[in-house]
Amino acid sequence: MTFPENLKYTKEHEWIKIEGNTGLVGITEFAQGELGDVVFVELPQVGKQVKQGDSFGTIEAVKAVSDLYAPVSGEVLESNNELEKVPELVNKEPYGKGWLIKLKLTKKVELDNLLDAKAYQNLIGK
Amino acid sequence: MKRTTFYNIHKQLGAKIVEFAGYEMPIQYNSIINEHMAVRTNVGIFDVSHMGEFVIQGKDALSLVQKVTTNDASKLKEGKVQYSAMCYPDGGIIDDLLVYRMKDHFMVVVNASNLKKDFDWIKSNVNNLDARVINKSDDIALLAIQGPKSLMTLQKLTSVNLSAVSYYSFVVAKLADIDMIISRTGYTGELGFELYFEAVPSIGERIWNAVEEAGREFDIQPIGLAARDTLRLEMGFCLYGNDIDQTTNPLEAGLGWITKFEKGDFIGHEALSKIKGEGIKRKLVGFTINEERAFPRHGYEIRLDGKSIGHVTSGTVSPVLDIGIGMGYVEVSAAQPGNSISILIRNKETKAKVVSMPFIKK
Repeated sequence: MTFPENLKYTKEHEWIKIEGNTGLVGITEFAQGELGDVVFVELPQVGKQVKQGDSFGTIEAVKAVSDLYAPVSGEVLESNNELEKVPELVNKEPYGKGWLIKLKLTKKVELDNLLDAKAYQNLIGK
Repeated sequence: MKRTTFYNIHKQLGAKIVEFAGYEMPIQYNSIINEHMAVRTNVGIFDVSHMGEFVIQGKDALSLVQKVTTNDASKLKEGKVQYSAMCYPDGGIIDDLLVYRMKDHFMVVVNASNLKKDFDWIKSNVNNLDARVINKSDDIALLAIQGPKSLMTLQKLTSVNLSAVSYYSFVVAKLADIDMIISRTGYTGELGFELYFEAVPSIGERIWNAVEEAGREFDIQPIGLAARDTLRLEMGFCLYGNDIDQTTNPLEAGLGWITKFEKGDFIGHEALSKIKGEGIKRKLVGFTINEERAFPRHGYEIRLDGKSIGHVTSGTVSPVLDIGIGMGYVEVSAAQPGNSISILIRNKETKAKVVSMPFIKK
């Protein structure tokens, strides 16, 4: 299982990759494994404002439905439309083509509340 | 927490383990969908040793079985199995179960989550009967081998002609040189067998490995409880705790076929006769979701013309059909196959259609 060093993580198993004032958000390899086969992802409309820790969508696996939580506050710049047709990308490439949303960060200081790769690995015991 | 005979095998196979009915059970090994499809197309092996087994023996064993179950056990010949239910006096379901007619006793197989409740219930109904109830659950391991290639897999390991073992029959014989009950039963709708044998790790591992090797040419896969659930739901089989429980009765659950009023008295007879006479008010139905990628879940509301008419008892994505399927109780007037209903999914009314079950035609 991999946890890239260049990402920040939430305790709820999302990751965010910072590029300047934007952040790409997805769920971790651990999370996709726990969920199992993803069959549906409900993502927010572009332009929506999300707050750190708030639910921004849902992810549905064969067994169960889970909420997705925003790692930081921001405005949704993009949702991964590819997941409408191929939700299993979240399983196959959780850090790549299975990304969920792109945010424009409004409170960059909130990044300090997130975990680095090592702390996240400690959290999940891997 | 308890572990079955196969716990170490599950760990070695990298299964995700969850607590279920007091046991550490494998919920999935790699992917629920892959496991599900392996059973539909080839063969899968399931550890279901958490299920409970009771022996009922004594001169009046049949009378006791007849008293506590709804189906007619007097019709069972040695070597035959029967699906049945136990009810409270008000007709509410205590559990659904399998009844095996052995040479000189009965074996009943109950849901793990109901084991203690069932055992206490049966015992409390012995009264003056010459019958004993013995809980053998910890002594018996249970493997299910299910799928179109199950017979070819197991045939390599036994001299018994498995093709001659008809549906809901069993033989007591050797398989992989171990004495066991080989039962042509299952919870998947596929050709399949359930093997009951002594719960000893060395024996269990020997059988698991023998079956795994015999099934290798068919790409046999270990199957977790999650795929067991999607497999049974595609067949419209009830799951206790979801689709049936003490607040539901066999008649509304579509289990009238295992409720044999003419066999004589049994616990629940009077209440169920009355319900039958008056007509049931609601009925367990199957439905399919009309929209893509919208899946019903346990507890979701069922609506008709904007009004709540019941709740989803079981729901999932059907791996075979690739649509949402589910079951739930609705008012009898809405229960006709072909009727349009709605399911409240993510706070949105989603169109669904009542269908006859099974969802997949075998």
